[in-house]
Amino acid sequence: MVEKPGFFGRLANPSIFLKLSGAVLPWLTGLTVVLMLVGLYLVFFVAPPDYQQGETVKIMYIHVPSAWLAMMGYAIVTVASIGSLIWRHPMADVAAKSALPIGACFTLLALITGSLWGKPMWGTYWVWDARLTSVLILFFLYLGLMALWQAVEEPSRAGRAAAILAIVGSVNLPIIKFSVDWWNTLHQPASITRLDAPAIHSSILIPLLVMAAAFTALFFVLHLTAMRAEVWRRRVQALRLTQVDAARAGEGARA
Amino acid sequence: MNAILDLGQHAGFIWASYGATLILLGGLIAWIRADARHQLRLLDELEAQGVQRRSARAASPQGKRGKGKAER
Repeated sequence: MVEKPGFFGRLANPSIFLKLSGAVLPWLTGLTVVLMLVGLYLVFFVAPPDYQQGETVKIMYIHVPSAWLAMMGYAIVTVASIGSLIWRHPMADVAAKSALPIGACFTLLALITGSLWGKPMWGTYWVWDARLTSVLILFFLYLGLMALWQAVEEPSRAGRAAAILAIVGSVNLPIIKFSVDWWNTLHQPASITRLDAPAIHSSILIPLLVMAAAFTALFFVLHLTAMRAEVWRRRVQALRLTQVDAARAGEGARA
Repeated sequence: MNAILDLGQHAGFIWASYGATLILLGGLIAWIRADARHQLRLLDELEAQGVQRRSARAASPQGKRGKGKAER
């Protein structure tokens, strides 16, 4: 008896993935636009200045979501890489590869906005403290994985090498998260993801959560679009190989 | 509009942060969309030439998929 594939099993079929993602994307894009507009309205017209930082707290509304997504992106790469090594499914490779430039972009954004926030608040654009340094390492990990995908031409070999490197690099995720607790850093400790209640007033917390939801929705719009592009790229490569094979077979028949 | 224009003495840092976000995310969105469209166009062109994947040929005994355009 042939076992029927489950939800994820069916989703791992590229044709079904294209169909489902094609149906979901317009709605997700609409949700992203609405959340982004509401978020920006709350940030610029509703949220009050912070009692210590003044208006510079507005940088937090893009810095914190970017930093969260930098880590979520790498978590997706890690989970997909584990899936790729265990099940050897090309869609897991597609998911891991497509998340890389998006995660790298959000990591760079977290670094840039953090630096622009640090100068007026700390008096410096950069310090080599544990949080900042571990996020910089995360950015280099993303770049390294992207370079690895470019360097190895055959996708399944590139996928295996990148998956192993990605899993090894995932040790950096808890280091980033707990760096502010383990070491004495200039960066402040967690204010929202704490065991007790968030240490932020709701007038600032709500705009932050809306912006985080907007950035997360944007991440998934971009990830799904990039995955679709990758599936099509692989089909184009497969068709070109078929074309070359057919041309060779034709030459062989004439010779 | 006053609230948006008066961001205090560090306004430059705030606008630079939002500007960097706009440029980076705008660039990323444009690049990913352009790549997706480019790959789909290439796929449509190849399929219009009658080139078929082995799996597609195996699925249809006539060797025709009956789809004019690549799956979206």
